[in-house]
Amino acid sequence: QQIQEDLNKQLFDNLVSFLRQSHSEFQEKTTEWTCRMKSREIPTAALVLGVNVTDHDLTFRSLSEVIQNNITPYIALLEAKDCPGIKNLMQKLMGQLMNCYIDVDSLEDEDYVQVSENRIRCSMTSLINWYENVTKKTGSETPSKKRTSSSRHWQSPPVVVIFKDMESFTTKVLQDFIVISSQHIRELPLVLIFGIATSPMIIHNLLPHSVSSLLCIELFQSLSCKEHLSTIIDKLLLTTQFPFKLGEKVLQVLINIFLYHDFSVQNFIKGFQLCIVEHFYSQPLSVLCCQLVDAKKRVNYLSHDQCENIRRLPSFRRYVEGQVSEKQIALLTADSCLKEVTLKLLEDLHVYHENYVSVLRCLHVFTSSLPKYPLGKQIRELHCACLENQVWETEEYESSLQLARMLNKSDLVTMLQQCVEIFVSSSGKEFDKTVEKLKDFLTQFQKLEAEAFQERDVSVSSQKELQKKTDLYHLQKTLLELKESRRSKKLTKFEMLRFEVVDYIDSLVRNYLVPADHKTLHEIVYFNTASVLREHLNAAPRIALHTALNNPYCYLKNQALKSDGGSISNKAPDICIVYKLHLECGRLINLVDWLEAFSTVVMAAEGPNADAASSDQVDDIIHARFIRAVSELELLGFIKPSKQKTDHVARLTWGGC
Amino acid sequence: MSQPEGKGSGALEVKFVPDEEVLKHITDDTGIKVRKDKTQLTVSVKRFVKKLENISDDEAQEILEEKNYVAALGICAQDPVGNGSSISGGEVYSFQTPKRSSKMAELASELAQTPGQSVAPDHSECPEKTAETPQSNSNFLWAEIAWKCNLILLFAWQRAVLRRYMFLLLMHVFSLLLQSKNKEFVSTTPYRLRKRLAAPDPYLESESEYSASCSEEEDEEDQKEVSTVLSGRKTPAKTNAASTPLPRNTLAKKVKEDKMSNLVEEYFEAHSSSKVLTSDRTLQKLRKRRLNQQTLHDLLKKAPLAYAAEIKELNQQHESLFSKWMLQLHLGFNIVLYGLGSKHDLLEKFRTSVLKDSVHLVVNGYFPSITVRSILNSITEEVLNHIGTFRSPLDQLEFIIKRFKEDSSLQLYVLIHNLDSQMLRGERSQRILAQLSSLPSIYLIASIDHINAPLMWDQAKLSLYNWLWYETTTFSPYVEETSYENSFLVQQSGSLALSSLTHVLRSLTLNARGIFRLLAQYQLENKDNPSYPGLSFQDFYQQCREAFLVNSDLTLRAQLTEFRDHKLIRTKRGADGVEYLLIPVDDSTLTDFLEKEDEDV
Repeated sequence: QQIQEDLNKQLFDNLVSFLRQSHSEFQEKTTEWTCRMKSREIPTAALVLGVNVTDHDLTFRSLSEVIQNNITPYIALLEAKDCPGIKNLMQKLMGQLMNCYIDVDSLEDEDYVQVSENRIRCSMTSLINWYENVTKKTGSETPSKKRTSSSRHWQSPPVVVIFKDMESFTTKVLQDFIVISSQHIRELPLVLIFGIATSPMIIHNLLPHSVSSLLCIELFQSLSCKEHLSTIIDKLLLTTQFPFKLGEKVLQVLINIFLYHDFSVQNFIKGFQLCIVEHFYSQPLSVLCCQLVDAKKRVNYLSHDQCENIRRLPSFRRYVEGQVSEKQIALLTADSCLKEVTLKLLEDLHVYHENYVSVLRCLHVFTSSLPKYPLGKQIRELHCACLENQVWETEEYESSLQLARMLNKSDLVTMLQQCVEIFVSSSGKEFDKTVEKLKDFLTQFQKLEAEAFQERDVSVSSQKELQKKTDLYHLQKTLLELKESRRSKKLTKFEMLRFEVVDYIDSLVRNYLVPADHKTLHEIVYFNTASVLREHLNAAPRIALHTALNNPYCYLKNQALKSDGGSISNKAPDICIVYKLHLECGRLINLVDWLEAFSTVVMAAEGPNADAASSDQVDDIIHARFIRAVSELELLGFIKPSKQKTDHVARLTWGGC
Repeated sequence: MSQPEGKGSGALEVKFVPDEEVLKHITDDTGIKVRKDKTQLTVSVKRFVKKLENISDDEAQEILEEKNYVAALGICAQDPVGNGSSISGGEVYSFQTPKRSSKMAELASELAQTPGQSVAPDHSECPEKTAETPQSNSNFLWAEIAWKCNLILLFAWQRAVLRRYMFLLLMHVFSLLLQSKNKEFVSTTPYRLRKRLAAPDPYLESESEYSASCSEEEDEEDQKEVSTVLSGRKTPAKTNAASTPLPRNTLAKKVKEDKMSNLVEEYFEAHSSSKVLTSDRTLQKLRKRRLNQQTLHDLLKKAPLAYAAEIKELNQQHESLFSKWMLQLHLGFNIVLYGLGSKHDLLEKFRTSVLKDSVHLVVNGYFPSITVRSILNSITEEVLNHIGTFRSPLDQLEFIIKRFKEDSSLQLYVLIHNLDSQMLRGERSQRILAQLSSLPSIYLIASIDHINAPLMWDQAKLSLYNWLWYETTTFSPYVEETSYENSFLVQQSGSLALSSLTHVLRSLTLNARGIFRLLAQYQLENKDNPSYPGLSFQDFYQQCREAFLVNSDLTLRAQLTEFRDHKLIRTKRGADGVEYLLIPVDDSTLTDFLEKEDEDV
């Protein structure tokens, strides 16, 4: 479990660092352009963030951090839900600004007094006073302090106000705030940042012209969430750093949720975390899912039960069956032998991963620029394809190879260079040869180029020769010959080399991109139960309800309930029967009819033993059961009481659900 | 050229007479022309069919793609319990069948007649019956569309040049229809749809004298297929639409559009603004009295719980997850439970077995007077031992967040039964709860029951909640949850109202009591009159004077004001401006009250 938490932390660190990277550019721009602003207009940055609202929080946090570190200590983050009116907004703004000032130099006691004073009277003037005080103070502070502060910030740092979710602010509040603050812009250098989820047009929808003319808006576009995703996949899945891997189906589910449901990187990460938790919780052998060094230690401490667990792994069984008989016996009986082999296999797995990643990247370089992207544009698609089955057996791979055989030279050369870089940067030891080979290809291409130059010279000279002859027929003939020979000769050379390159890449793929299920002990590091993930992340409560009501046998394994074809027996729980009956009604349901129908069904179910003697008693009980079932349906939201007609209820659903 | 086949039954003809007649007219007119360029026409018709196929292929492709998506999401749906994930959307969200007033009783008797066995509801068995369903305006709308299509087609026939455009227009109409319905039937229909599309129409065969392309061997097979298509249809309107003499090139299309019209029509039928036909019987006419809460409870206790063993097994399955829940709660997830059946007991068990030694807060969301403020109050007062009030829930929330952030040793488990209850489902309260749950040291585990409960949450709230969904179908009755629900079937016990009545009246003068008595007696006398408006002020004054209770209408008014302040009476103005007085208590309570009064006196 400690490992998991480590992993989680690393994960978030990664994300934050990434976001910081992506936002440093904004910050640079902001600095530049705030300098230029001097007029009555308020400099404003409109940040278009896209629909993945859930990720915005992180973005803003890192953005404000960056600004705080580099531009100004005065930042206020405002959210729409905190500011139902202009008064609340001002209060919130003041509070945040004062607080952050106190954070910067918390030594001064006067500030606390100031804060309490300002609590009472929150207005723009008090804010300006405060600001003047603060800037004066920092100006007249001890020189050492001054130097540090001025080195980090300017003499009069701007006050940055960030509106996190501009769409949900009430227009009145925004307008008022902008008008008020535009009047004080000279005394108070204010910078606004709007977070926008939809489109920049929203500013003009929210604000009338008279207000928006007070703003000097510059638009910034944040990176699309897809790019975030691919970075995260890059950093988390396609490295050997993390021992934990996702199986194909799981990854597919996660990506599907991302693409079809929310575009939220945070949710993707949540899913990933859940995978980790599930894996470590459900797989007893996940103790071995850690860095190789630790794994070696842990293998030695494996208990007998754990060894048995290893023996039970299907992939390990396959491995054992492949061995000679003595070895088989040894593996199945002696723990020490097993441990040795396990260790070796784990190392193999590790090496496999190292190779896998670099070859995958290499293949991606080749396939990502092919027309129509037969193997997908993104590396994640390629990754999925490789995990799913042997990629070289798929049609897409065939077609992409064919397309690769038609690449032109310059592309090919750049790709090869990229591949060389990938292999050089990768830590795998087996790639020395590959690198050599690729470099060899490159030199060959260069040679070809040189030859081509020479040949062109030759051809030019030969053409000169040709000019001597005047015979038109001969001229034509020789020209044709020349052309043909040139094409066939030159292209064959290039083509052969190209074939060679593609074949080589093909062989690399066949060697290294074996799907992980074929590897022994893959169960230890791969999490593959996608159904669990789907159940918990992308649940379908309505379907569950529907199934329970329509087909109680799914849950209650009683033979009496077994049925087929959408109907239920009369032995079903009361609520199912009532539900079934109510499906047959229109918008309004007569309770008396309903009750009668219900009692018919139930009486029949009770059979002959419910005789006339105790019928009154039974009737009461049935009545009570009916009442309970109906009120349960009401709780579930299928019906509601209706005033349209006495003793009627209204149906709230119109389908079978 | 395409004369109506014998297939069109009487009822069908009645409905589409104008179509047919017009068609006949025009075909007669154009007959010569048609015959003249017969060959050319067939060629073009063939081309048409081909084009049609192309297009339908495209659509099928589209549908397939969507299916792929559904399949992609449904990866690994074959888990052993098969709990729902294998159900296609169409099964869940299907349209209801056309309703007849006696349908419910019918179904009931069907269910009753075959105990222990499954009954296949056979709607298609009685076409006569369905034929008599009242035609709603949707039918009319549909007929209009069909009519327009026919017109367009006739045009197209006459003017071979414009054919292509007309066809496009037609396609447009269809695609509009298709779009409107696509969502509903996409997961169920593709296969059938394609099959139907693939099935060539019988008219094409019957008119094979025109088209040389049709071979005899196919004939039989196609006929069969089409007949299955026809029999699969439920309402005659569609059969009608398909069997009206239509140019062959549209027929394949028609068959498809049938399917759509089915859905469209059923939707409108279910939602037609016309009066719903239900019987007028009321519960009062049953000789049975209404049960009150207490007797209901007692009766239900007597009734044995069905399938207790299986339910217990289900519960045990869920209980085995407790340790997992704990782990996941500690890792920053929150857990939400859904599924049929009360989850109260399950959560209670979780609380007693796992949370015994830790600080936890149980919120009974089903309680009718619970508010977010009370939840927050109990956190600040009970957990944080803070005395003092807050200006708004937001302030309070901030305070809580601050406290929890300061003190990392504070941990709180919050169990909320029925997070989707009436009181908590509002946007503001959900937002506050979501923010609360996003605190790392507050662990939330909640249950939802309402079918539309997930609609409460938008993206932002979902990410704050950080839910992990767990399906816990328990099938246990919602005893606690429904006991607060003011069910319309349960008689309000009225004991509370009675005691308040007596208490108030006891503090009044004898005359005042007499006045109230008069009013109550009068109301009881009129209890059988359903349109009883109340006692008019003038009459009441008269009666009171006769009984020597008041001497002027001013004293009576003063007395009535006092009653009104205690909510003992209600006044309302009638249509004629006269003031009517009513006691807003039900009759049985009033009777009880009078009896008691008599005893006292």
